[in-house]
Amino acid sequence: MSCILTAEHVHKIKAARKVLKEFKYEPAKLEKGYANKSLYINISNNSIVSKDVTEKMKDVFIGGKGFGLWYLWNAVNPLTKWNDPENEIVISPGPIAGITQYPGAGKSLVVSISPTTGSVVDSNVGGHFGPFLKFSGWDALEIQGKADREVIIFIDGNKGTISIEEAPLESVDTHLIIEELTEMYAESDEDKRNISVVSSGTAAQNSYIGLLNFSFYDKRRKSPRVKQAGRGGIGTVFRDKKIKAIVVKFNGVKGDLNNPVDLKKIQELGIKLHKEIHDFDAIQTQKREVGTANLVEIMNDYDLLPVNNFKYGNHPETWKIDSKQIKKKVTQNMPDGCWYGCSMACAKAVDGFILKTGPYKGQKVLIDGPEYETVAAVGSNLGIFNLDHVLECNFYCDTYGVDTISLGTTTAFLMECYESNILNKEITGGLELTFGNKDAAMELLHQMSRGESFGKIAGLGVRKIKELLVKEYGAEPQFLNDIGMENKGMEYSQYISKESLAQQGGYAMTNKGPQHDEAWLIFMDMVNNQIPSFEDKAEALHYFPMFRTWFGLMGLCKLPWNDIEPANNRQTSEPAKVPEHVQNYVELFNSVTGKTINKQELIVQSERVYNFQRIFNIKMGFGQKVHDNPPYRSVGPVTVEEYLSRQDRYDQQMKELIGVAPDGKTIEEKIKITRKYREDQYEELRQTVYKRRGWTENGIPTLEHIRNLGIDFPEVLEVVNKHL
Amino acid sequence: MIKVNNRPVEWQEGMTIKKLINILKYSYPVLIVTINGEHIPREKYEAATVSDGDDVKIIHPIAGG
Ligand code: SF4
Repeated sequence: MSCILTAEHVHKIKAARKVLKEFKYEPAKLEKGYANKSLYINISNNSIVSKDVTEKMKDVFIGGKGFGLWYLWNAVNPLTKWNDPENEIVISPGPIAGITQYPGAGKSLVVSISPTTGSVVDSNVGGHFGPFLKFSGWDALEIQGKADREVIIFIDGNKGTISIEEAPLESVDTHLIIEELTEMYAESDEDKRNISVVSSGTAAQNSYIGLLNFSFYDKRRKSPRVKQAGRGGIGTVFRDKKIKAIVVKFNGVKGDLNNPVDLKKIQELGIKLHKEIHDFDAIQTQKREVGTANLVEIMNDYDLLPVNNFKYGNHPETWKIDSKQIKKKVTQNMPDGCWYGCSMACAKAVDGFILKTGPYKGQKVLIDGPEYETVAAVGSNLGIFNLDHVLECNFYCDTYGVDTISLGTTTAFLMECYESNILNKEITGGLELTFGNKDAAMELLHQMSRGESFGKIAGLGVRKIKELLVKEYGAEPQFLNDIGMENKGMEYSQYISKESLAQQGGYAMTNKGPQHDEAWLIFMDMVNNQIPSFEDKAEALHYFPMFRTWFGLMGLCKLPWNDIEPANNRQTSEPAKVPEHVQNYVELFNSVTGKTINKQELIVQSERVYNFQRIFNIKMGFGQKVHDNPPYRSVGPVTVEEYLSRQDRYDQQMKELIGVAPDGKTIEEKIKITRKYREDQYEELRQTVYKRRGWTENGIPTLEHIRNLGIDFPEVLEVVNKHL
Repeated sequence: MIKVNNRPVEWQEGMTIKKLINILKYSYPVLIVTINGEHIPREKYEAATVSDGDDVKIIHPIAGG
């Protein structure tokens, strides 16, 4: 038990609980990766229902994100808003999730209607919840409705009980509630590792960018830790439903619980990958040592690290927040995985960090991370090169339940607005939001948690802030649209895409918004120059999003795919695809499910779900060409200082690519010429990509394509037909 | 002038793969290097000379992030 949690406190909160509904069930035995049951809970009327998972569902939607999309599709109508009771939060791990032999198999996919995009969003997360849920007999958990009082949902996968409990005294902030609930539901210290908690935090309920934390118990540290489903504001939906936490308890994790058809094959595949990780991780990407943080210095070297709201790609002070500094802070010699058997072990933690600000000031805390995205989002992109600030912000974002990426990109936008005199101290309530002002950035986050002052505005996210600034303060829309790094209402993740046309598409031609989990093509495009033509880029923007969608259908982590590579990968014809690992995945799927797909069918599995998600967006009023427009900051230089920072490159491109002599032209003229060229290039790319993906010029999947994929259900055709 | 990944790069006297990688700030830890189609293993970066006019490929084999 932590020093802040006393037995008396636990007793008190336990005594205040009231069971509102209890449900008993016979936990299903898993067969070939599936429980063949899903759990539906409505917290408006406290109903709990066990649903059958049909063969058709498994064939078409596979699991994970596919199941989430299908359940949500059936739950909402085109008018459903994120905070309507009809909206659901669906958590589903996928058929491969829970195996312990192959690294990276403990992920869950969370699907909901997003407060920031207004459409369907999905987020991929580690921690033990997904596998425990499945071992408890459920392929998916659907939560619908809105409670009228604070509740906790508790699933005991051994006893076969589910309860909805009134939870008046539990904390909301994650670092507290995960301790409280782990303590409360575990029968002994040994039993704590059998608990996983999904929670959010106080800032999630006062902003649109709330996240969900998924816990896993760290036996060595004797403390629960968390991984985040960060993107799209699902934590905000969670708190709006008045859910404090979902707890699953399952005792008895074993390597064969999925009851796969060929365990021996899975073991062989796992041993091969463990060996690669053991032999090569130290000389390849060092995930075991520093997690994803070594990308900080790498991105800086390639001019890709966002600095000052994505204006620049590097900064001389980056060394202060790079992985060498981070290494000094994280506890060493502790390879850490977020699910059993992940020898890639990229999880990292800083122990005993003393907080300097906020409600927990002076307390010693455990901080998970920091990951590359967080360092860039709340560090370099705000012009803040102070590692203690990054760590403090990382802790508070997690415990308050806020997505570091959206927070960072939104704060960066606000800072640029402040420096451009669109905002001032009067509007910000006294906060001097200049780049580099770490105290102001921290205070903004604390205000968000308290639901006060300018923090409440910041919590709206970039798109809604733009609308507010135009409406209330007469700001010029075009400038805001150019520098506000959002697309579809989601804030950009942390890479500069200006010099990679393919990545501009990889961000803006996505289903949920500009998160790089669909496609990260910057090296292939900008550095390697391997995809020079529009057709090459379009092929990459077809293959990689489809391939990467597959991880989300299975409950797999992407990192062991290409953050480690076999010794002979470089001799293969397509090293970026890591062909041997793709084959591992084909065999892994077949060995778990008994099906016989090949690598082409793997892509088709994803394509079905990917196109279904596109059509889901269309159903909700999005998902068309206009929604794939990027902000110009992600395409080229918006401001004079930005142009000047890469003047030689832009001038040379003007001469060589556009065929215009830059001499004698003002910077403003050059920005205009560059913009016209780059926007035309994007448009040509867009049309080539749409064609490759089987979509019309307006980005609608064609009837022929829908039929070929076998997703031509009447309700799908009804949505699409309106737009063809 | 040499070509690196099909783009022109200024050649310098005494250029080796190691020096070229430093000039280009290619710090990504996994690279696939060829000179005129011939594979150069990592341990030879320092010794591998780049001559004027060479066609060099320095591939970052990742579509990750
Ligand atoms: S690579 Fe990292 S994030 Fe992925 S499963 Fe392993 S520990 Fe978790």
